Amino acid sequence: MQHFISPVLWQFLVKWLTHFALFPPEASSIAPYADGLYFFLIFISLIGVGAVAFLVIFFSIRYRQSRHPVAVQIEGSTLLEATWTIIPLILFMIVFVWGALLYFRIYSPPPNAMNVYVVGKQWMWKVEHPGGQHEINALHIPINEPIQLTLISQDVFHSFSVPAFRVKREAIPGRYTTVWFEATRPGVYHLFCTQYCGTLHSQMIGWVYAMKPDDYQAWAAGSTSGHSLAQNGERLFASLGCNSCHNSTPNAHGPNLANVYGSHVQLANGQFTTVDDAFLRDTILNPTLHQVAGYAPIMPTYQGQVSEDGLIDLVEYIKGLNSNYRIDQTIDNSAGQPVQTGATPGGTSAPPLAPGTVKP
Amino acid sequence: MSTSVSLPDQSTARLPKVSYLNKEYGLKSWLLTKDHKRIAIMYLLGTTFFFCIGGAMAALIRLQLLTPYGDLLAADTYNKVFSAHGLIMVFFFLVPVAPAVLGNFLIPLMIGARDVAFPRINLFSWYLFMTGGCIEVCMLVFGGVDTGWTFTTPLSTHFLNTQVVAAAMGIFVAGFSSILTGLNFIVTIHRMRAPGMTWFRLPLFIWSYYATSVIFVLATPVIAIALALVMLERVIGIGVFDPRMGGDPLLFQHLFWFYSHPAVYVMILPGMGIISEVVACFCRKRVFGYTAVAFSSVAIGVFSFFVWAHHMFIMGISNYSALVFSLMTMLVAVPSAIKIFNWSATMYKGSISFDTPMLYTLGFIGLFTIGGLTGVFLASLGMDIHLTETYFVVAHFHYVMVGGMVSALMAGLHFWWPKITGRMYPESLGRVAAIILFMGFNLTFFPQFILGYLGMPRRYWAYPPEFQALNVLSSAGATVLAIGYLLPICYFIWSLKYGKIAGSNPWQAAGLEWQVQSPPLTENFEQTPIVTHEAYDYEWLANQTRNEVPTVG
Amino acid sequence: MDSHTIAAQTAETAQLEHEHPSFLHHHFENLAQQREASTFGMWLFLLTEIMFFGGMFCAYLIFRNWYYSAFVAGSHTLHIWAGTLNTTVLIISSFTMAMAVHAAEVRHRVPLLRWMMVTILLGVGFLCIKGYEWHDEWVNHHVPGLNFSIEEFTHVNPAYPGDKPLAPDMAERTQIYYSLYFLMTGMHALHMIIGVSILTILLIKARGGAFTNGHIAPVENFGLYWHFVDIVWIFLFPLLYLISRHQ
Repeated sequence: MQHFISPVLWQFLVKWLTHFALFPPEASSIAPYADGLYFFLIFISLIGVGAVAFLVIFFSIRYRQSRHPVAVQIEGSTLLEATWTIIPLILFMIVFVWGALLYFRIYSPPPNAMNVYVVGKQWMWKVEHPGGQHEINALHIPINEPIQLTLISQDVFHSFSVPAFRVKREAIPGRYTTVWFEATRPGVYHLFCTQYCGTLHSQMIGWVYAMKPDDYQAWAAGSTSGHSLAQNGERLFASLGCNSCHNSTPNAHGPNLANVYGSHVQLANGQFTTVDDAFLRDTILNPTLHQVAGYAPIMPTYQGQVSEDGLIDLVEYIKGLNSNYRIDQTIDNSAGQPVQTGATPGGTSAPPLAPGTVKP
Repeated sequence: MSTSVSLPDQSTARLPKVSYLNKEYGLKSWLLTKDHKRIAIMYLLGTTFFFCIGGAMAALIRLQLLTPYGDLLAADTYNKVFSAHGLIMVFFFLVPVAPAVLGNFLIPLMIGARDVAFPRINLFSWYLFMTGGCIEVCMLVFGGVDTGWTFTTPLSTHFLNTQVVAAAMGIFVAGFSSILTGLNFIVTIHRMRAPGMTWFRLPLFIWSYYATSVIFVLATPVIAIALALVMLERVIGIGVFDPRMGGDPLLFQHLFWFYSHPAVYVMILPGMGIISEVVACFCRKRVFGYTAVAFSSVAIGVFSFFVWAHHMFIMGISNYSALVFSLMTMLVAVPSAIKIFNWSATMYKGSISFDTPMLYTLGFIGLFTIGGLTGVFLASLGMDIHLTETYFVVAHFHYVMVGGMVSALMAGLHFWWPKITGRMYPESLGRVAAIILFMGFNLTFFPQFILGYLGMPRRYWAYPPEFQALNVLSSAGATVLAIGYLLPICYFIWSLKYGKIAGSNPWQAAGLEWQVQSPPLTENFEQTPIVTHEAYDYEWLANQTRNEVPTVG
Repeated sequence: MDSHTIAAQTAETAQLEHEHPSFLHHHFENLAQQREASTFGMWLFLLTEIMFFGGMFCAYLIFRNWYYSAFVAGSHTLHIWAGTLNTTVLIISSFTMAMAVHAAEVRHRVPLLRWMMVTILLGVGFLCIKGYEWHDEWVNHHVPGLNFSIEEFTHVNPAYPGDKPLAPDMAERTQIYYSLYFLMTGMHALHMIIGVSILTILLIKARGGAFTNGHIAPVENFGLYWHFVDIVWIFLFPLLYLISRHQ
């Protein structure tokens, strides 16, 4: 065979055949469901295209001018038209319900999911595991365990897409979004940014490593930076001086943050809200937009002073905070710290830059 | 007075001594004309020019994607190329081409009017269109823009250093041309119909152009304001879309898609109108279920305003609003399905001939069916998560907008070419071109469905190597497709001088436009016609032919 | 009925013939059709305008909901007297415009000219007052993107001693209010400028008796436009100035 075609072409063919794909791997628990809907859609498309093609071709042959020189005028048929209104409508409604069920499943993470934070920026994905493992353009996950991703973008819209898992979610500046999946097959899968984000959009790609739980444990132990996100958050919490108000002393100016995550709080405008990641992030950046009832609006804004990574650290820290013991330990060291009054003129308010003397 | 039907013997046809083309000569007589037919010709030249630019950009894209490594263009250049392709093709070709060219030429002729209601505004909108186009071309010359045609904020407002303001300005200006064109058509259709031309005697072409015009009038102002905000945000930094200043980038998405989704229907509704005319003529038969087809155009126009958020299913809109928009999107698919089946049923017991326009029409029916059904894939929420922002979407909208709209446009151009120029195009070449276009189109875009399900993201300058085979197939198809476009351009120009003289009604078609000479007089009708019969009354026409002694027009 | 013959007719003979006055465009069958078409076109154009302003109103309502206190504080810095005066000016100008249309209908040239003149003056007056307000906002550093400062909002507004000063993060959001304020009033003023220019042209034409010969469509349609611009202001004034007065 090689003798008959040019070696260059042969090279190409060989390469293509080895690299050729028509269907993405099914590597998550949701993938078979997505594919089920896909095949159903293909099935009804084939019926639709087949029906139209049959009609058109059959009529073209049967009623071509040479064979059928005089057309028979037909006004229409309400019955027929109703048929081909209602049958597609029913099929589309089935697709709608099926698709909606799948959508709600993909975008409603189970409560026991392992949380991984993903920050998109031009042009890389920064992945932060709660245990302090940081990755760029890579995501290591154990199989057979639900993984929830909390996504945010530092600059423009990005979109986190893992075709093998059939999931995708936009990373939006200024807003957390979530998606979850459960990988079922160990392997290495593509990770793409699918929302156009500027020059190197196509280089904002990476790999998802789905590993057996043991391998994952080994990887996690070997790649940790030594400080978990919560530990980083604790240090940041102290160095930004948050502890001077958010503590459990009787004269504390801010709410006590122990066990605050997941609780319902009343806002100054009377509404109730659940404390979740998004709420924590928003209150750090725009405290008075989400003023909790019973406290004076004196907290300064940290907009522009804490990076998205820092915010994730803080959120992760507050999430796991169930006692004020360590916070109260630290404030004795910074007792002389003046309380920040939020109303600094001209928006130049800086947070108290407490010396980072706090030992975790 | 009653409508005179002259079905002259085509073999003895002569070009009329006076027509809109030779009544006046000179550049000035064109640039200052208020004749809707001349304005249509000027639009045809303008949009063809933009089509060539956009097509060249498409060629570059397909060349670049031959190899996975991005070795032809730099990443920035590639981004500018696909942005230019999208901007030019959407805003300066697909949106204006069918309404402004065929609509301008045919609407007054079809309803028995001497001109559109506001000829001066009609000319003014051509100038607006060309001004917008010139801004866009200057923008390309002075560095281009790499936002994509969607201007996603905050990328377009704060993170790019290219000619975003100029690009938005070009579209802003051209947008007013669309508004004025739509306004002109609505008033014309409402107020300028000939006596006896009741709403339900109108050709279906008019119904679909009416729906198109409504979309122009209601949706275009919203994109104008969205783009104005983008420009202001770039120039003086007002921050309405900037999350760091408390603005909301999703608001831009809402405003943009509130226009751009109806605009998608602007790019297909006129095609549906053309197809109705052609199917009826070449089956010698009234369109099956006239009322259903007419109202489905209106239904598409109305529903199209309530589906915009289906572009944002993965962008963090609430799950429940996603539900509503998915449902609406499913509903908008139904009228399209009705039309497809009605056109197919029109062929039943017809007397079908397969001239070029009919071949393009059959191509349209096939491609649009596939395009429409894949739209249902994307409307289905769970499937959309996997498919959106991949090549599946690219393939889907090309099937609708290029496979559908451009096939229909080709059908229309071939069908009315004898009316526009008075001469026939070469029939056999036309048939070859129609078949090449159909084959080339499928070769180019069908592989992209598979690529999309594999997960290849759109707007990628370089891609993983396992996608190469399908991309090469697609690029190879694109060369075939290019021939399918270039061939008609060549023989249309050729036919201007060497084409067979058409005579007033070469297709023996019903419809008022076929009862005047080709090319028509500047004032279209010597006498205001009085319409006494229904649209597509081919039986009546056949009787007329049998009873009347053929006369030379 | 033959358009050839119509074209051949001189303007003078066309004047004499009741059906075909000089201002009947050749492509219309008769005057009624021409007049209906132009009025209908004008209404459609106003529909477009509603969508144009609708986008901005939509943005305004969303952001007002989000940043309520910033919008209240921003609204408190506007001069209510200027807004009220402008509203009055515009309503009177709508009246004078209506009178101008009436004068055209009854074919009285001099009153037509006078009413049009008054309308122009009122329109210019509106723009002057608006310009004064904008200048004031520039002086007070309220123009987003160019010279914005949140200083005024982090202190007690002397005119509203009951107001608490805004926290800096909320005070930053007043920029959004001002962006929308300038956008909406700016777009409105642009429409006013266009209106005044068109009206000036109409006035010049009317001096030659163009609209007192039964051909009132341009004046009538311009009246529709003018009333529309007025109505937009009737929505802008409460949304921007009044809605937060009581707080």
